[in-house]
Amino acid sequence: MEKRAVFRSPWLPLALVTPQLLITFVFFVWPASQALYQSVLLEDPFGLKSQFVWFDNFMALFRNQEYLDSFGRTAIFSALVAGFAMGLALLLAVMADRVVKGATGYKTMLIWPYAVAPAVAGALWVFMFNPRIGIVAYVLQSFGYDWNHQINGHDAFALITIAAVWKQISYNFVFFLAGLQAIPRSLIEAAAIDGAGPTKRFWTIVFPLLSPTTFFLLVVNIVYAFFDTFGIVHATTSGGPAKATEILVYKVFNDGFIGLDLGSSAAQSVILMFIVIVLTVVQFRYIERRVSY
Amino acid sequence: MVERRPLATFIAHFVLILGIIVVAFPIWVTFVASTHYAKDIMTAPIPLWPGSQFVNNYRTLLFDGMINPTAGGVPLWRMMTNSFIMAMIIALGKIFVSFIAAFAIVYFRFPFRLAVFWIIFMTLMLPVEVRIVPTFKVVADLGMLNSYAGLTIPLIASATATFLFRQFFLTVPDELAEAARIDGAGPVKFMKDILLPLSRTNLAALFVIMFTFGWNQYLWPLLMTTDRQYLTVVMGIQRMINVADTDPQWPLVMAAVILAMLPPVAVVLLMQRWFIKGLVETEK
Repeated sequence: MEKRAVFRSPWLPLALVTPQLLITFVFFVWPASQALYQSVLLEDPFGLKSQFVWFDNFMALFRNQEYLDSFGRTAIFSALVAGFAMGLALLLAVMADRVVKGATGYKTMLIWPYAVAPAVAGALWVFMFNPRIGIVAYVLQSFGYDWNHQINGHDAFALITIAAVWKQISYNFVFFLAGLQAIPRSLIEAAAIDGAGPTKRFWTIVFPLLSPTTFFLLVVNIVYAFFDTFGIVHATTSGGPAKATEILVYKVFNDGFIGLDLGSSAAQSVILMFIVIVLTVVQFRYIERRVSY
Repeated sequence: MVERRPLATFIAHFVLILGIIVVAFPIWVTFVASTHYAKDIMTAPIPLWPGSQFVNNYRTLLFDGMINPTAGGVPLWRMMTNSFIMAMIIALGKIFVSFIAAFAIVYFRFPFRLAVFWIIFMTLMLPVEVRIVPTFKVVADLGMLNSYAGLTIPLIASATATFLFRQFFLTVPDELAEAARIDGAGPVKFMKDILLPLSRTNLAALFVIMFTFGWNQYLWPLLMTTDRQYLTVVMGIQRMINVADTDPQWPLVMAAVILAMLPPVAVVLLMQRWFIKGLVETEK
């Protein structure tokens, strides 16, 4: 779409886009290209000399069992987070869409975790699950399960998953509710007249009509689980115990800043960038297609 | 609702209340823990009803800070101020930079207009987390470590906000710009006196989203600041929890958690209407 009325000035538009472009170049384009460049170099930790090694860093990563484990772990983590966060949010949104009285109140009470920082969410849950004093750990112990996320890798993994899901439900809820409220009432009424009960109506009418929202949220949730959960992991488990919660983005940070393995860290960055770009492109293609019909 | 089903309505209310309890329970436990003596939070089961130390704990934390090797007795008000400055610069900076860039892209024809558009679009694809090491290096080379500039400027470019403004400007009737031109108003005057007031709702929505984004930054301040003077509250909490060999002072840590989430939660709840509208519109 183009504007009919345009202003004319040889320098003003350039002056107006300069701040944005400058920041983009200095802090986005340049570092990204540096990451690409470094990913094909082998550098010693002190940065004294480097050697061009083609794709050795990438090959080394895909031969490295630790990296592959981290990859698998991240995949399971994001599947669990996306699945639970979306499922629970959808359930709550469907219920909130049903009630007439108090719907706004429920909405208010459910959206605020959006504003809680991932690291803070991690702190909340690490307290709830603290093996000695945490209330949830206490309840679990009284059922005979000896919870200890500082020693048991599975417990630690469950902890970061719960914290990540808790934080993401509100975001998904807002979108599902908006999606549900956009479905024309007449469709649902017509189905009801034809004798379809609430469950049947949900699966044959509401759920298919909600699929664009669901798909959009799926991509957003995967991106969230891949990248935004760094704060949760760093504040709660620091990737441990024994790397049981070391997801990819945490590994990039750990190898780059603590391990000082710059080439490998850069190669990992490049792989992550590639994943984000694929996800974004998939999402935009899908949205464009939806707009066209 | 299509038909009257008392049982279904009851179940709906029940599920929602259950959901709210599950979502809010950690906050309640946290708040309760922040109002007790440290010794009461040493053994399970911990109390579930507020204690007597609310004023004391919060006062100690806000003005004296926590004495341990990593948090280093930085008073919390200091961290809160840092967080606030960072969140405000990021939110207002993003809105300003995106507003003028979107204005230029929509209302002018200039060489490489499409290229500019795509370069801005690219930033959407690269979260800080994936390019940490090289970005850190750039900022270090520019001498911006341990400064508010380093904390905020790299996060100010925002593709999301630029897009939202662009979409909005495209819906503004062309007649307004034509009328402004006939009346002799230049582009800057048009932007300031007509577009800006028209964008009020979008500005409010973006402010909520960007303020929350800025306040909740974690990895970036973690890398950028080694000086305790620039600790933000979200990072501060991590330092309070991970203390070697001893138990964290839970009541104070939990008070910090409550204080750290108060401002963004307040902004989201107070501006709920614009926030939801903005969230649903920016992301699509």
